[in-house]
Amino acid sequence: MTALPLAEQFQYGLQAPICLTWELTYACNLSCVHCLSSSGRRDPRELTTAECMAVIDELQRMQVFYVNIGGGEPTVRPDFWALVDYATGHDVGVKFSTNGVKITPEIARRLAGRDYVDVQISLDGATAEVNDAVRGRGSYDVALRAMENLAGAGFAGFKISVVMTRHNVGQLDAFKAIADRFGAQLRITRLRPSGRGADVWDELHLHPGQQRELYDWLVAHGTDVLTGDSFFHLSGFGGTLPGLGMCGAGRVVCLIDPVGDVYACPFAIHPSFLAGNVRDPGGFAGVWRQSELFSDLRRPQTGGACESCSAFGSCRGGCMAAKFFTGLPLDGPDPECVKGHGEQALAAAALGPAPRPSPDHSHRAAPHRAAERRPVPLTLLTRPPQSAARPPVTACDANPLAGFVPER
Amino acid sequence: MACAASTEPAGRFDLDAPWQLDAQVRVRPEAFGALLYHFGTRQLSFLKSPALLAVVRSLGTQPSARAACTAAGVQAGDLMHYAHALQTLAASRMICQRGTA
Repeated sequence: MTALPLAEQFQYGLQAPICLTWELTYACNLSCVHCLSSSGRRDPRELTTAECMAVIDELQRMQVFYVNIGGGEPTVRPDFWALVDYATGHDVGVKFSTNGVKITPEIARRLAGRDYVDVQISLDGATAEVNDAVRGRGSYDVALRAMENLAGAGFAGFKISVVMTRHNVGQLDAFKAIADRFGAQLRITRLRPSGRGADVWDELHLHPGQQRELYDWLVAHGTDVLTGDSFFHLSGFGGTLPGLGMCGAGRVVCLIDPVGDVYACPFAIHPSFLAGNVRDPGGFAGVWRQSELFSDLRRPQTGGACESCSAFGSCRGGCMAAKFFTGLPLDGPDPECVKGHGEQALAAAALGPAPRPSPDHSHRAAPHRAAERRPVPLTLLTRPPQSAARPPVTACDANPLAGFVPER
Repeated sequence: MACAASTEPAGRFDLDAPWQLDAQVRVRPEAFGALLYHFGTRQLSFLKSPALLAVVRSLGTQPSARAACTAAGVQAGDLMHYAHALQTLAASRMICQRGTA
């Protein structure tokens, strides 16, 4: 009945996105070391309540059936619950990501009684030690309390979202046990070198052996575990994982950021992937349907150096954002290519600096980025004590003062 | 009117029964066919051809699924393909038999 597989059809774009992420605010009570959107401080240009409602009206007209709301921490917006109500009242379902800070027993009861709303609690360690090293002290307890409140209110099937790092990949079974305990569904996604993730990617991304471990675990668990289609670069290990198995940036996926900027995907907050703004005269629909960037992304892409690889049919060259923020060409291998081509490409790319994620809304009061690069104390303990105060200089460090230590 | 859980054994689709889209399902036409979203189950489905979209759209006004297929110009030789696609939609509660709710 159909000439082309769906993934091939999707390459050419759709009338509206299937998977739309909308970051409602850059404000956040936490300062996670790997934050994709470098969140912390509210941006004064943030969309107003009325502007958000106008976007929702437009999504309803475009038949975008649901949005993934995130941030920052979206629930710190005073109008957050009003916007959720407005969206669900206009045929736009909501799944929102939260660190759990506002999920009180009362809010949990309200959410449990509502159709069209799904909740996703972020958790990056199955133990407080591993989680808090990435997300900040006390964040594990906050997340677990939110889960207890949701489960206690009878909210079945909420999501627990985990970003895979080399320190929590060994806890996959423990994460699954936590999800099972609360009647929740586990969601595992890939660490990207986007936002502040660029600062910690070298230290946190999976070792090659761990990638295999993760792949085998995902294959064993099938569709029981959600992945947001984020591990299709691992399909080079063998069978294809559930999902579309393609980069959907600008084709089926996009991001609206808190100030209304529309980017090709949630992992690509950078001027190179900025398609337009919802405040433009054509609104969001105009950006989605007419922007030059998205039109380019919907043209047939070349696999470049990857095209001769036996795995190209399934991995499609991997993640555009992961390549971009590690300084790799977009038509070459993913930095975590399972065939090892990424490491060679990274060595070659080390001659020039990788693009810096921008804009940056990190808390000013937080320690300087370089000084706060302590995702897991174990890593630091392996270094000589005199170098513990500063990170190693990586080939990708764009800072002209990288490695410079002033006299004290 | 929401669908009750299907009681049909997997792989068997009653072409001669009257069917309809679930009331909680919305349809978005696309070049390849359409996108279906069920607000109750929060599941997405894809209709992989414009002809299948035409069938699904007319289910609620035709006396049977078979009549909906005929009205959409489905050839007799292709009928089993369509029955299979409709069974998949029934299994995910996107469509249901009229009068089962």
